[in-house]
Amino acid sequence: MCGTCGCHDEHSTVHLHTPDREIAAIEPHTHPHRSIQVEQSILAKNDKIAHQNQHYFADRHIYVLNVVSSPGSGKTTLMTKTIDRLKDRVRVGVIVGDLATDNDAQRLRSTGVPVVQITTGTLCHLEAQMIRQAAEQLPLDNIDLLIIENVGNLVCPAAYDLGENLRIVLLSVTEGEDKPLKYPTMFKSADIAIVNKMDLAAAVEFDRPTALQNLHKLAPQAEIFEVSAKTGLGMEEWCDRLLQSCRSMANLSEECNR
Amino acid sequence: MHEVSLMEQTLEIAIAQTQAQNSTQIHRLKMRIGELSGVVPEALNFAFDVVTRGTIAEGATLQIETVPTICYCSQCDREFHPVDAYIYECPDCGNLSFQIRSGREIELTSLEVS
Repeated sequence: MCGTCGCHDEHSTVHLHTPDREIAAIEPHTHPHRSIQVEQSILAKNDKIAHQNQHYFADRHIYVLNVVSSPGSGKTTLMTKTIDRLKDRVRVGVIVGDLATDNDAQRLRSTGVPVVQITTGTLCHLEAQMIRQAAEQLPLDNIDLLIIENVGNLVCPAAYDLGENLRIVLLSVTEGEDKPLKYPTMFKSADIAIVNKMDLAAAVEFDRPTALQNLHKLAPQAEIFEVSAKTGLGMEEWCDRLLQSCRSMANLSEECNR
Repeated sequence: MHEVSLMEQTLEIAIAQTQAQNSTQIHRLKMRIGELSGVVPEALNFAFDVVTRGTIAEGATLQIETVPTICYCSQCDREFHPVDAYIYECPDCGNLSFQIRSGREIELTSLEVS
């Protein structure tokens, strides 16, 4: 709206009013409206820090996972069991994001590895800057694998790159076969999709073929693992895959330093 | 939902750009939002009204351009706009594509200021 005469000519940035078009008392005038071309991604700041994180961790030969899921899919249990299986072979560190309470952090600490908690309050996701700050509280010289457990949410964390090497999306059989179809942005951004709580599949009449088909069609880029963190089903395969990636990162870093 | 925090970041950029041009009022913001960005335009509009209150953008118009999803099929060496909103099958060969060329944008394109 024009601040001089209050007209609603919103189409031109500079335009002329003549007295016959407007109230007689207003002199002909031009609007000083100007256009500014911005062309900027709103997430550019986060992306830039995420990129810096990537270098920061690569320089220290640390392989980084960003684990996302709905609340209650079993992220903490899966990560706890994964750490138990891997901690004798790689040195693990954890950053865990939660809206409130440090219950998840305490469960992860029971594995004996260093854990830093980020309490996000009302913020529904972790951002790259938070990871950088939290990482400085970890003994990075003694870490090969950094696991970031994101806030339980399948919408917002999808847009925020943290500088991870691998994005893992987790869903459990109790959430239904159509879960990936409801959160396409997240599933399409994942490198690995893990179907958890397979021990409950029969009890909840989980339609495995439909679920796998949905997952594959929606996220053809993602490797799929079916596990039960509780019983150990499929855990060896998943942990081997993770270990392999960790080691290839370590080898690459060594080669770069030669 | 993260539309409020996205809108706060957008406004921060918009105000900085406006002040850099020695202008004092924002009349219009144009944004480009990708179909696959996870951002809901209605929620963004709602957030816009809330976060602009009491700022130099109060009363401004938010104009949102939706950016369609464009995928690439490596088999056919062509880009296509998927028929289905989320399952990206190449209309020629039926292969599933995971090379997304556009559709994730969350951008502030331009401002109209005075």
